[in-house]
Amino acid sequence: MKKNLRVLSYPYTVWMAIFIVVPLFLILFYSLTKGDIHNISSLEFSLESYKKVLEPLYLKVIRDSFLLALVSTMICLVLGYPVALIIANTDHKYRNLLLMLFLVPMWMNFLLRTYAWMSLLSPNGLINRFLTMIGLPRLEIMPGKVAVLLGMVYNFLPFMVLPIYTVLSKIDKHVLEASSDLGGNRLVTFMKIILPLSIPGVVSGITMVFLPAVSTFVISGLLGGGKTPLIGDLIEQQFLFSRNWHFGSSLSIILMVMILISMAVMSRIDKNNQDEGGKAK
Amino acid sequence: MSRAIKRIYMGIIFLFLYAPIIVLIVFSFNKSKSRGQWGGFTLSWYAELFKSRQIREALYYTLLVAVLSTLISTVVGTIAALGINNMGKFSRTVILNMNNLPVLNPDIVTGVALMTLFISVKLELGFLTMLIAHIVFSIPYVILAVLPKLRQMNKHIAEAAMDLGATPSYALRKVIIPEISPGIISGALMAFTLSIDDFVISFFTAGTSATNLSILVYSMAKRGVKPTINALSTLMFLTVLILMLIINKKSDKGEEILL
Repeated sequence: MKKNLRVLSYPYTVWMAIFIVVPLFLILFYSLTKGDIHNISSLEFSLESYKKVLEPLYLKVIRDSFLLALVSTMICLVLGYPVALIIANTDHKYRNLLLMLFLVPMWMNFLLRTYAWMSLLSPNGLINRFLTMIGLPRLEIMPGKVAVLLGMVYNFLPFMVLPIYTVLSKIDKHVLEASSDLGGNRLVTFMKIILPLSIPGVVSGITMVFLPAVSTFVISGLLGGGKTPLIGDLIEQQFLFSRNWHFGSSLSIILMVMILISMAVMSRIDKNNQDEGGKAK
Repeated sequence: MSRAIKRIYMGIIFLFLYAPIIVLIVFSFNKSKSRGQWGGFTLSWYAELFKSRQIREALYYTLLVAVLSTLISTVVGTIAALGINNMGKFSRTVILNMNNLPVLNPDIVTGVALMTLFISVKLELGFLTMLIAHIVFSIPYVILAVLPKLRQMNKHIAEAAMDLGATPSYALRKVIIPEISPGIISGALMAFTLSIDDFVISFFTAGTSATNLSILVYSMAKRGVKPTINALSTLMFLTVLILMLIINKKSDKGEEILL
């Protein structure tokens, strides 16, 4: 029986090989070659496209994507942690309602949410009409980096709040009572108990915001107006317009490596934290 | 005092979350084409929406791809999960790591990688390639939803069924499938939502012959803000809202029955 059932996974294994593994190898292959992509025999090994990545123009794009993703992750953390804390401390009666209210905007398509900001921020959009009406200077952030940052925070904030909330809501309330019985005030309780216990949630929140933020091309395309291209925009451009698959592929590989490194760093932090928790016992 | 601060803080956050959506919805009824000025109530943008052949076509492709990819990925994913569950530890780890690649990889990489594959084998980009791409990124989620249910299941009940004379396929249909059905259902819902919501992977694999709603919104938005997109957004948002409320209601009831 066991052996018979194992056979059931074979078709999917073949499927994965064709549609998951082969495409990634193709990307790796194109990143390491040069020549006409439609004539495979003309391709030869070359590191040219990786060299191209090192040109100042493209290095700046990579740096920008990394920094914007980092800053938006930090803003999400600073804004989102209190939200998670407040929701987790709300009465059971209202907690689900609050959580639901927080999640409803997420049910709207990602593009539409970004589009909504486009119409708010545009030079003669509602925000600027309002500012002119009350005599304040106009807000000219779209298209630009600030608008991209705003779009990232708006779209990815729930990815930060949810994992932190999940961890916080599982903290044993007796531990907090014990802390205050032992004379810890609210700040001490927060710093010594709540914060350390919530690190796993913070770590997964950071990963879940950083990953989509660093690879986006929609937000920068719509709110950045091409002024601040990110690595995602470059990849899109190379595959759809410039048709330089070699360069696009090496950018994709670099994006994947960036993400792998940041995931490794985050899981390291998570692990260290758990080890320390062990020692404290 | 601190209670007031909490309320104000949550108020600001909710304002930040909801203001754009509310403005979008309100302005879909705006007679004036301008984004900042109210020119009176109208339903003409909605009328224009229903008249547009482009939008009807995009809606058709969105739903068709979502339904087909959900059906196929749920069936294939469940069958694969049955197989994976009975594998040795080593091969299971290898298979699951492969399975996780589309989940962990950024969408843009999955998108361009699939596009590269399709073009390399001279498969013309269009409806079929978009459908394949959606199945590729949906199956991993179905497997991730079904596998835990299979592991929770008591292994002996299938054996018991067969000892009592059930054929393997009868045991599968009458014992195993009902046992893991919550996992199958949540996997299917996940696949459906992901497909409806997807933009990035469709964008790279759909080519020009098949356009879904997200691709249409993107190309319309890139050309500038238009009131018809507001109307489209409002309808899409309300549809999802109603669907989610129904699903939540259903699962609430399910829990009540269980209790």
